Amino acid sequence: MTDSHLCDVVVVGAGMIGAACALYAARAGLTVAVVDRGPVAGGTTGAGEGNLLVSDKEPGPELDLALLSAALWEDLAAEGFGAGDRLGGVVEYEAKGGLVVASDERRLTALADFAAAQTAAGVRNRVVSADELTDLEPHLAKDLAGGVHYPQDAQVQPALAAAHLLRLARLTGAEVRLGETVVGIDTDAAGRVTGVRTDRGRIKAFAVVNAAGTWGGAVAELGGVHLPVLPRRGFVLVTAPLPPVIRHKVYAADYVADVASDSADLQSSAVVEGTPAGPVLIGASRERVGFDRTLSVPVVRRLAAQAVALFPRLATVPAMRAYRGFRPYLPDHLPAIGPDPRRPGLFHACGHEGAGIGLAPATGLLVAQTLTGAEPAQDLTPFRPDRFDDATEGAGR
Amino acid sequence: MTTTDAYDLLVIGAGPAGFAAATTAADAGLTVALIDAGHSAGGQFYRQPAPALNASRPKALHHGWRTYEGWMRRLAAHVASGSVRHLTNHQVWAVERVPDAEPGGSDGGFAASGDRATLFVAHALVGVEAARSVAVRGRALLLATGAYERQLPFPGWTLPGVVTAGGAQAQLKDSLVVPGQRVVVAGTGPLLLSVAASLVQAGAAVPAVVEAADPLRYARHLPALLRNPGKLVEGAGYAGTLLRYGVPVRTRHVVVAALGTRRVEAVTVAKVDRSGRVVGPERTVACDTLAVGYGLDAQLDLALELGCPAGREPDGGWALEVDDGQWTGVEGVWAAGETTGVGGAQLALAEGELAAWSVVARLRPGLPRNVPARPVRQRARLRAFASALQGVHQVPRFAEQLRDDTDVCRCEEVPYAGIRDAVTDLGATDPRSVKLLTRAGMGWCQGRMCGTAVQCIVSELTAGRAKAVPPSRPLACPVPLGVLAEQAGDPPG
Repeated sequence: MTDSHLCDVVVVGAGMIGAACALYAARAGLTVAVVDRGPVAGGTTGAGEGNLLVSDKEPGPELDLALLSAALWEDLAAEGFGAGDRLGGVVEYEAKGGLVVASDERRLTALADFAAAQTAAGVRNRVVSADELTDLEPHLAKDLAGGVHYPQDAQVQPALAAAHLLRLARLTGAEVRLGETVVGIDTDAAGRVTGVRTDRGRIKAFAVVNAAGTWGGAVAELGGVHLPVLPRRGFVLVTAPLPPVIRHKVYAADYVADVASDSADLQSSAVVEGTPAGPVLIGASRERVGFDRTLSVPVVRRLAAQAVALFPRLATVPAMRAYRGFRPYLPDHLPAIGPDPRRPGLFHACGHEGAGIGLAPATGLLVAQTLTGAEPAQDLTPFRPDRFDDATEGAGR
Repeated sequence: MTTTDAYDLLVIGAGPAGFAAATTAADAGLTVALIDAGHSAGGQFYRQPAPALNASRPKALHHGWRTYEGWMRRLAAHVASGSVRHLTNHQVWAVERVPDAEPGGSDGGFAASGDRATLFVAHALVGVEAARSVAVRGRALLLATGAYERQLPFPGWTLPGVVTAGGAQAQLKDSLVVPGQRVVVAGTGPLLLSVAASLVQAGAAVPAVVEAADPLRYARHLPALLRNPGKLVEGAGYAGTLLRYGVPVRTRHVVVAALGTRRVEAVTVAKVDRSGRVVGPERTVACDTLAVGYGLDAQLDLALELGCPAGREPDGGWALEVDDGQWTGVEGVWAAGETTGVGGAQLALAEGELAAWSVVARLRPGLPRNVPARPVRQRARLRAFASALQGVHQVPRFAEQLRDDTDVCRCEEVPYAGIRDAVTDLGATDPRSVKLLTRAGMGWCQGRMCGTAVQCIVSELTAGRAKAVPPSRPLACPVPLGVLAEQAGDPPG
């Protein structure tokens, strides 16, 4: 155990975002240490469904990020993995496409308008009729008005994805330190970051990346800056394994409204999808109840009801388990990505809400680019970490 | 009472702790709903043959049958008078805490710092077909959900003919059937002798009882043992039976593998040292059945979901932490029996009784308190005995015997190598992250069978640095989506 260890960058957090930051930073030639108080994927990453979605995002900076990420995910999935395998196979990457359905003509019109705006922003999609829905998903309920098909939507198994990206980062020279808690961020007299203190010692570094997800606000605090990351609870239901009966990521059109919702009340519309292992995932309830871990029976009832409404044959299928997670969100529902002007050497990569798995590679790439002083592939202004400060900018506490 | 009303007390589980609590609470005037998945009260210990079998002497298979019959008479009287509602074949999948809809109507409900009182709602699947769910309401909750048998993996453990020790006994009690003609009984714990004795009395041959623990370790716990002469007599009774039938008991031995092609044909047995590491040569024992058990793990899903604190037991299992009144520290929630530490039926009876008195004192503060001294004494004595047993019968080291391809999670067929690689290559440091990376514990049993094994393997691979946390299962059992989707109904009147 080294008491004083030197590297270019310390990434705080071994979830999906931290793994992507570590991988892209290591591949950019930086020496990287990843530190997490828990295991790999111990927070929100391990509690998510693994959505790589463009379909649920309105035109704007998050959609641009999602499109960049979708392309990067394709590249990652195609990378070789041992004898004849691809990384995509190992992390259960499936470019299965998304199918958003509308229960009536009014919702279908709204959905088609939304899709048209997305097309202008670079999203591929196609409005499908009620008849065509049955061809795409034979077990869908018969009374739907139609939907939109999004071929770019995809899925990974998030814990495996984070673990294997971290493994690749390690193969590229990164050091991964699990079960080690960051307790402080060191700065020099000029206020520049010089490393982190942990419960096991000190790691000197020129930069610290805050990829602590739902706990990103607390890590920012260690660096003396304010970042209002809040938790948004979600439940996912998992069924007994089934033969492949659901081919796409299927969800109801109301979902798009939920993501942008500012309501603290329950907003849920089931995203239903099969997995390579067989179980069907039914997910994405959204509530703001702090870190309350208690099972909410009304919430899981509603998830189940929506899933059965979409796929009536699921009624007899047992839900084997439910799990919950806390999505990290910022007040404007955009992540914080890039250098913090208030604390030189501190970078943020957190606050991705329910989209972190999908947005991880683009986030990692952008963070690596800003770390090395390269021109970022996307304008980072909308993701500035100091955008919530009331007062004018400054290197202040 | 109408079914939408709240009972004073919901008791989940009708084993010894549950029926003793329900009966005692009803004696004191409380209304009780006793909810259980079984067809009659008694739990695993007082299991009975299905009525259709017309067993003439079920008591031959049980210890303490007269005590049980006494409790059953009292319970039946309360059921007849309507003060206890016994809901059989009801499996609780979640307990919810909701605000009491009727302010004023909740004499003795629990108000957290002046807020409105809360009620507990137990959601239960009805019958084996589980085609619907009912909601039962109560002001206080007592969790007596018992325990299930702890399994450890070893090469060959998934062969047909390998059964759990408790399962073999349950089969005998339920349907009067022995699981095989030649049954090796193995593992650790007091259950082994009792299972072996039941088997030989029922006509099976038991070529060996293979006990991992060192009997000399009992010497460290002499005071606790000597305070429990009845327990010693019970144990001596089993030992005497085994002696009469010529059954050899090999202590400090473990089954390292089960052999066979279509079915178990033999087991290999080896001597272990104090830490449970294999030291002696292996020998083979022919058999057609292996009944194996490594103690019990408490069923804590409902309790943990309600936020009840749990701690580690001497044998590595988890148990709820309770006060002298069996209160869990969570407002309105009590626990008794194996959920607060595995200790057997007599201890469960005493704890159930004491929990009921504590609930009565809380719900009816005006009543004079007359908690009997007997269960207090019994609990102290039997808990000391249970701790002593747990200290002796710890989980032996088993990971060294596993081969790369030995399944650790049999539901999802996750081999030992997969779990090792998740820890050494992929960054798992606890059972949850192992599960996420390998699917171990994601199958039908939701890790009830492999959970302890995975925890032990992870601890060993991470040199004990892994933080142990009890498993979380928000759904205590599988629930059909269609049932989950429907609004909860009331139990049939």
